[in-house]
Amino acid sequence: MDSQAIATQPGVHDAHAEHEHAPHLRHHFESVEQQREASSFGMWLFLLTEIMFFGGLFTAYLIYRNWYYPAFVVGSHQLSIFLGTLNTAVLICSSFTMAMGVHASELRKRKELVGWLVATFVLGCVFLGIKAVEYHEKWEKHHVPGLNFSVQDFTHPTDAEEKPLPMDMAQKTQVYFSLYFAMTGMHALHMIIGVSILLILIVQAWGGMYTQGHMTTIENFGLYWHFVDIVWIFLFPLLYLISRHQ
Amino acid sequence: MSKHQHNEVLDTEPTHHESHIVSPKIYGMIFGALLLGTGLTVAASYANFGVFNAVVAIAIACTKAVLVILFFMHVKYSSRLTKLTVAAGFFTFLVLITMSMTDYISRAWGLW
Amino acid sequence: MSTATIVKLPPQETARLPKRSYLNNEYGLKSWLLTGDHKRIAILYLISITFFFFIGGAMAGLIRLELLTPQSDLMATDTYNKVFSMHGIIMVFLFLVPSVPATIGNFLIPIMVGAKDLAFPKINLLSWYLYIFAGIFTLAALILGGVDTGWTFTTPLSTHYLNTHVITAGLGIFIAGFSSIFTGLNFIVTIHRMRAPGMTWFRLPLFVWSHYAASILMVLGTPVLAITLVLVILERAIGIGVFDPVKGGDPLLFQHLFWFYSHPAVYIMILPGMGVISEVISTFSRKRVFGYTAVAFSSVAIAVFGFFVWAHHMFIMGVSNYSALVFSLLTMLVAVPSAIKIFNWAATLYKGSITFETPMLYAFGFMGLFTIGGLTGVFLGSLGMDIHLTETYFIVAHFHFVMVGGMLMAYLSGIHFWWPKMTGRMYPEALSKLAALTTFIGFNLTFFPQFILGYLGMPRRYAAYPPEFQVLNVLSTAGATVLGVGYLLPMIYMTWSLKYGKIAGSNPWQATGLEWQIQSPPLTENFVETPIVDHEAYDYEWLASQTEHEVQTVG
Repeated sequence: MDSQAIATQPGVHDAHAEHEHAPHLRHHFESVEQQREASSFGMWLFLLTEIMFFGGLFTAYLIYRNWYYPAFVVGSHQLSIFLGTLNTAVLICSSFTMAMGVHASELRKRKELVGWLVATFVLGCVFLGIKAVEYHEKWEKHHVPGLNFSVQDFTHPTDAEEKPLPMDMAQKTQVYFSLYFAMTGMHALHMIIGVSILLILIVQAWGGMYTQGHMTTIENFGLYWHFVDIVWIFLFPLLYLISRHQ
Repeated sequence: MSKHQHNEVLDTEPTHHESHIVSPKIYGMIFGALLLGTGLTVAASYANFGVFNAVVAIAIACTKAVLVILFFMHVKYSSRLTKLTVAAGFFTFLVLITMSMTDYISRAWGLW
Repeated sequence: MSTATIVKLPPQETARLPKRSYLNNEYGLKSWLLTGDHKRIAILYLISITFFFFIGGAMAGLIRLELLTPQSDLMATDTYNKVFSMHGIIMVFLFLVPSVPATIGNFLIPIMVGAKDLAFPKINLLSWYLYIFAGIFTLAALILGGVDTGWTFTTPLSTHYLNTHVITAGLGIFIAGFSSIFTGLNFIVTIHRMRAPGMTWFRLPLFVWSHYAASILMVLGTPVLAITLVLVILERAIGIGVFDPVKGGDPLLFQHLFWFYSHPAVYIMILPGMGVISEVISTFSRKRVFGYTAVAFSSVAIAVFGFFVWAHHMFIMGVSNYSALVFSLLTMLVAVPSAIKIFNWAATLYKGSITFETPMLYAFGFMGLFTIGGLTGVFLGSLGMDIHLTETYFIVAHFHFVMVGGMLMAYLSGIHFWWPKMTGRMYPEALSKLAALTTFIGFNLTFFPQFILGYLGMPRRYAAYPPEFQVLNVLSTAGATVLGVGYLLPMIYMTWSLKYGKIAGSNPWQATGLEWQIQSPPLTENFVETPIVDHEAYDYEWLASQTEHEVQTVG
């Protein structure tokens, strides 16, 4: 009744010298192909969690925008279209440079890869810099919820084109800014994590790690980077472009 | 370490899809399209479509997202499993939104 | 109970544990704490989960002690709030959610699909460390003074009206969520991409299907809990106003987001247990599971439908009646796949050669108690009844029947069933049968009176109650004591068996499944050669022909 016969033969695990597989192949995988597909699939599953993570914030946004539309309009007008559009363009550029980086890795071109990764890094930092400028401006104008929020700008707008809001709707602008900071803040956190990992990848790519056939890490990081870009593609119109014709 | 046994008959996991390398020209075109979309959405926000402003904005954003997903993220050239996975993610997000909205839309019904 | 048994152990005089296994492959603390071996990680989880089960159980003991008398006389009501909150938080997030997947699932999924390990061993280890951090944060919240929001963190109570350690506890659960996500992610990739040649989807053991469905829920549902906790923490820390009615927020939004995860969470908890039951019932009836395809698809159906019913936890909270109607209808629908499974297991038993070893006793307990729990869930899903029964002890009894009578029994069934595989040793059968019986009796005595209490109107989460409810409460506490003994016994004899238990051999239950074709305990790499699968799941004829033509070697 014993199946020992199958399992207790002496191990055939010999020295690595006998192996003819790529150095980056992990032993629990049968082939590089399987490893690559598994890690790509794993990365996509992680991105699914990110969709649902941001999804909660988008749900909150949807509900409150419906409830407090006038407050959202006025709040949105407080953001700079110029900086928002610029940031969107910056991120789209960085997605392009990232895609080119993956391409360079596939073609095993080390210096090109490093160049594209550095470009992506720089653009990512530019984005964060502009974001910091915007956040600072919000702080100066007392539009940070919970910390120094004031409805003064909404009940008595200095801009002649803006109509003053009644007090209760003016107070709802705090909900708009809460969502603004929560959503762009969470996005910025993901950007910070992204540029930090990019730094490490740049160093490793310079050493040639990703131009000898093992490009999965660059590909998977690219997926992450593009995802963060997609989040911003939605954040931009939803936060910056509410009813700009008014 | 056992040699990799590749048995066509028993290989129920067809892992060989084309390792497609997307050309930089395509990346460039998508890049252009994305910038165009950005300009379009800013311009559209200055026009008055009434309640459809939001629809237009979301439609443009969705188009841009689809371009990034299909080409920058290579989903167009990926396995069916990858495509299904992406769809599953967005589907679940839609469930969250629509089922929550059944509450918020109908709360006031029958009350006035 | 007949004395017939299917257990076949190697002759004990000459039997030895295998010379090489995953347990003695490497030595030293570092080899355990830095392992990538899914089996070692499973053991790490087993130890940590048991630890937290004890703490959660101690909280339960305190609850039942307080409820012996109608007055709130054992502890202050604030303290009581902290006790039941910690009980819920620990039991749900630190015990039930990881219980079967992180221990038995981690150990078995690679073996069952014919792989050498999970797809991402380092992520697996990270998952365990995240679990430990989560546990530390939760213990910190406990030691610093506790949290008294209930495990549901309902706003605006949790964000505005309490000065307890909500943020610490919230952070702990946030981290635990990621532990769960990484486990699920690992399982999905492994099951899709690392099956051995010939192991098609429909040859997989149903245990794997259940874990696949549960993993989908883990990956898609848990992040929503994560963002919800972030918002609660932000609200509490700086007052952003997203759930605060004064600032225009909607407290119900919290509940929508919270229950969007927490309802699928109950399926995350029960599906792996159902997977265990499929394996156990088949083995101890010597029969393939009836309606394999139906059971497999039901697992996935439970996962998918489970995303559509969350507001049945919110019927009295202020959601619109029309949406309540929709959610109530969908709740009726979600009961169907669970019922399909129960019917199929019953049909598996029909005309099977049934024996009553300990895992089977727990499985029988599961079938009866889960059915009762599930049916009471249907009562609660109907709006009219829910208005009266919700937030009473009826709900408490309902979820304890499914979670403890169902899930915990399935967990114990699985631990007993696969103990010989994980350790190479058998537990003592007589004592384990006694423990199973004790658990069953204790459970019913504890929780059945609670259905009556709830029906009569006793609210949940109250330390004090009207004196006419005392008799039932005393019965319940008495039952809890018996239940405690029932849980203590396995701790003792399982530990004892590690040194003194009989040598099990590779297939003491004569079960099908790849895990039973390898040695006990398994080698680190699981298989010497990649298995090639050419038979269906639960193929007892194949098993018989295997053993007939087997070569006996002395290991």
